[in-house]
Amino acid sequence: MRVCRATLTKDLRLEWRSRDVINAMLFFALLVVVIFSFSFDPTAEESRHIAGGLIWVAFLFAAVVALNQTWARELRNDVLDAYRISPAPANALFLAKAIGNFLFVSILELLMAPLFVVFYNLRVLGSASSLALLAALGTWALVVNGTFFAAISLRTRSREIMLPLLLFPISIPAIIAMVNGTTAILTGEDSARFWLVLLGAYDVVFTTGSMLLFETVLHAE
Amino acid sequence: MRRAFPILAVATLAFLGYAFYAAWFVAPTEQTMGNVQRIFYYHVPSAWTAFLLFFLNFVASVQYLLRPSEVGDKIGKAVALGIAALTCVGAFLIKPLPYELEPGAVATTGIMIAGIYFLVRGFFSERGTDILALVSAEVGVVFCTVVLVTGPLWARPVWGIWWTWDVRLTSTLVLWLIYVSYLMLRKLSTSGETPKLAAALAVFGALDMPLVYFSIWFFRTQHPQPVIGGGGSIDPRMLRVLLINWLAFLCFASLVCWLRFQLETMKRDVEETQALEALLEPGALR
Amino acid sequence: MNYLYAAYAAAWMIHGSYLGLMWKRYREVKRERDALSGGL
Repeated sequence: MRVCRATLTKDLRLEWRSRDVINAMLFFALLVVVIFSFSFDPTAEESRHIAGGLIWVAFLFAAVVALNQTWARELRNDVLDAYRISPAPANALFLAKAIGNFLFVSILELLMAPLFVVFYNLRVLGSASSLALLAALGTWALVVNGTFFAAISLRTRSREIMLPLLLFPISIPAIIAMVNGTTAILTGEDSARFWLVLLGAYDVVFTTGSMLLFETVLHAE
Repeated sequence: MRRAFPILAVATLAFLGYAFYAAWFVAPTEQTMGNVQRIFYYHVPSAWTAFLLFFLNFVASVQYLLRPSEVGDKIGKAVALGIAALTCVGAFLIKPLPYELEPGAVATTGIMIAGIYFLVRGFFSERGTDILALVSAEVGVVFCTVVLVTGPLWARPVWGIWWTWDVRLTSTLVLWLIYVSYLMLRKLSTSGETPKLAAALAVFGALDMPLVYFSIWFFRTQHPQPVIGGGGSIDPRMLRVLLINWLAFLCFASLVCWLRFQLETMKRDVEETQALEALLEPGALR
Repeated sequence: MNYLYAAYAAAWMIHGSYLGLMWKRYREVKRERDALSGGL
């Protein structure tokens, strides 16, 4: 636990000091929202039905950009070798990275969401707290697998493209759940309960899997 | 096996030919769909074969991860036996079984899962399990491609649409995507321990599949769409032809897997020898 | 009916391509192996 928190605070502090990367990603997120607004220009009634899909695709791309640099700093300074020989448990490192990514992507989402509301004239007809829970579970689903696959992709020929190639297929159930759950809540037409449960199950399964297998992946580099 | 190969190859070809003949001429013509329905005799066996191969990949990947450590190996064996025991006991104690499953089928499936686990463990060395994982993934993707191509070709004339969010077809698509990404990782990874990384990915893929199925299934209950392939009972004559085709494709898949296995073994031996020779070259160790 | 022919043809084209790919790779590996043994 201590290792986890130490790594996490270190990462957050480093991120905060050099804010160029964060700024670049925020701008990227804004650009994505604007371009989507040009591509899909629906009426207010339609927009509630398709906004769920659009928002999550945009979040997905922004998340991939963030995830790709998860291990970049560690690679540059050979930090991973230090972790391998240290007695710290590997999954503490993983958890720290995953939580850091989660916070980071959440901030991206919190900044992009109002933009979507503005551009698409959205109004939440269902329960807003369900939406928040859905977003949290969905973001964790993307981030936990993304951090794991980012580690797997470290030693591949095209590292940046390998991560989405691995992440997208496995994330399909989570994406289906996020999109349909968001649409259900925005339109107020359906209950999002099934999707929330599915996302919860997805998160449990893959957090456990990542924690168990990260040690193997770390030592396999 | 090597000596028997030519005979087995000819026998398999003959069997495939017979299966084809049965599919086109012996099986009765379907009432509503007509002759196009005969695609079914290729579509469904290919799907079952692909699933079997992907399951083989899962078993091989798990073993590759577990066998190096003694504890892991014991856990693997215990879990396999546990699955067999649980399914056998559960099949006959739980009455009635959900989804109208037959107790015999459930018990047999459980025993087969454990059987496959122990067979793989017995017949393949550690390096062998890795090659088996690669081979079954590749051949599985080939068969899965056949499923995804024949599916729409069947759907179009019968239901008028190329694609639909049919649970089975969509799940198969996701399965295909996951295994293609697996093969890409195998190909593009420059790590020395690619097999371990790939095995981890395979485990993730296997964990994902139930979630994939449920998410698409629920999506369909909310957005009802045409069902490709239909459910319900099947004419016993058609069932017979279906099983004949499945058996023929299983033989074919085994042959292809065996060929690919030999090829991969040869390739790795050559690479090892090349690496060794590079080391032993005069001046290389300086 | 055309779809029936197309489906069966497609299925065998896919299998054929894979077998062809394997054959090509086999020839490459065989060449490399012979190069090795020649050099020994």
